[in-house]
Amino acid sequence: MNIKPLPMRDVFLEKIWNEMSLDPLIFFVSADFGSPVLDKIREDFPDRFINVGIAEQNLINITAGLAIEGYKVFAYAIAPFITMRCFEQIRVSLALLSEVRPMNVNLIGVGAGYSYVVSGPTHQCYEDITIMRALPNFQVFSPADHVTTSSLFDGCVATNGLRYLRLDAQVQPVLYPLKPPVVTDGFHLHTKGEKVCFIATGFMTHTAFKILEEINKNGFKVGVIDIFNLTNFTKEGLKKVLESYSAIVSFEEGFRGRGGLDSMLFEFISESKLNLKTLSIGVDPRYSFELGSRHELHEKVGIGVQSALKKIQPFVRTIMHEIKE
Amino acid sequence: MNDKAQWVWERTLQLHRKSPEMRVASSLSPIEILVVLYYGGFLKQDPSNPFWDDRDRCIISKGHGSLCMYPILADLGFFDSLELDKGLQEGSFLGGIPDPIIPGYETINGSLGHGLGVATGIALALKTKKNDSDVFVVTGDGELHEGANWEAIMFASHHKLDNLNLIVDNNSISMLDHTDNIISHSGLVDRLTSFGWSCVEVDGHDIVAVQKEILKQKNTANKKPKAIIAKTLKGHGVPGLENASLSHIMNPKPELIDELLENLIGNLLEKK
Repeated sequence: MNIKPLPMRDVFLEKIWNEMSLDPLIFFVSADFGSPVLDKIREDFPDRFINVGIAEQNLINITAGLAIEGYKVFAYAIAPFITMRCFEQIRVSLALLSEVRPMNVNLIGVGAGYSYVVSGPTHQCYEDITIMRALPNFQVFSPADHVTTSSLFDGCVATNGLRYLRLDAQVQPVLYPLKPPVVTDGFHLHTKGEKVCFIATGFMTHTAFKILEEINKNGFKVGVIDIFNLTNFTKEGLKKVLESYSAIVSFEEGFRGRGGLDSMLFEFISESKLNLKTLSIGVDPRYSFELGSRHELHEKVGIGVQSALKKIQPFVRTIMHEIKE
Repeated sequence: MNDKAQWVWERTLQLHRKSPEMRVASSLSPIEILVVLYYGGFLKQDPSNPFWDDRDRCIISKGHGSLCMYPILADLGFFDSLELDKGLQEGSFLGGIPDPIIPGYETINGSLGHGLGVATGIALALKTKKNDSDVFVVTGDGELHEGANWEAIMFASHHKLDNLNLIVDNNSISMLDHTDNIISHSGLVDRLTSFGWSCVEVDGHDIVAVQKEILKQKNTANKKPKAIIAKTLKGHGVPGLENASLSHIMNPKPELIDELLENLIGNLLEKK
């Protein structure tokens, strides 16, 4: 089945529009950030759509006020701004307050990683996984395609809770052409392998597949997991999958070794008492003002196919040889 | 209500004497404001059902300075007065800074400058739900240095949230100094007015005046959010503490605290 890849945000907004026409308790708040589909929401539900302006702190405060009064709120802005500009508002009036006041809040951050390619480091986002997963009560969703994004929506409306969705600003290839992943699992094993398993999130899942092709040429068979819920995946399920491997490689479009996907997996491995060697593929922890295509930028910071392969090939080779010995 | 305010003042000092870690100076400035709100018929609430949908919402944004809320809420029946004796102890819900585990509290306010924004969201929600309850917010003046307040102030007037009522306990002292020596809030009435609010200034220790202004605003239909800048004194009524620039963090040795508290009790008895 051939599915045309679509922008994650438009698929998600379309679902919100549908649900808003059925459920009068859904409210949409934007920090002056739009999309053609959002125009439809704005026009059709003027009493439940508000643009707070370029004011993310107020975006979160208004969201919190609406949410404790029973509205299911979708708040929408560029990823680094909706997470970092207003982090204490998120901590105090969402994460903390939700301990005592039930609420349903979904923060939609568009522009994961380098997806705002030419806008530079203010608009790019390499820290959001780290800081958002630090907050209890928040789930962090990091889909790799529009199919996953669409599937994540239903849970956002059906149950109370706090969620952060980091969406890519560019259209990504479809990873699930036949059927969507089981969202409650939080991850999906795409390809089974031997000894080494790649665990990737968001855009980097596509990179992991490209690297897999190269690694396959060397005759090595490697597994690939797409992890799209970075906080509430089924731990037993992932443990069961990883038990048959000797090593993992983590892939994220965020800083390496700074508390992101790599740290989360190391914590999981330790907690699950898994005996796995690890390699982390993430952005070199420094800021850069260089320009180029997303792929060129990725090569410069160590997460492009070629620059990552340089680290992965010897790692995989060592693991395979260790096994043989 | 004057007697009630005096009683709250005494109880607040007693609570502080028992648990000196609880801030007292900033809890003495808003007493009359809170007494007017809670005993003056302005807040429609049901202590047996703190989250009753038709209640008026009251957000105490100045978390540090609301020790005086504990006797008020207990007196109104939000919780048992016996709880007051357990404050700050293990198992008690009455902390040094109040949290919404205390019946009668709506939001988290230990970190300053959050109350007004969340209250603005609540006011918007009530308008959209066509619930005609009011939202009151009590802030300090020091926390108005937080920029998020001004995002909310712009938002509230633009969206004509006339169900939103801000009362600033303007004791003019932040943690380290008078706000005039930090960043002055002089002209606050003009500032809020120019932001599209209906705003007046009042003597925050004059119960009749506070009551009169709230009533006047309540009866004015101009589609504007309302603010009252209540001029107050930090550490009100306590010699040595009142209006002292460091009253918020004055931390004398324990024996000096005991001596000070004994003097306060003496003053109280004298007053009576």
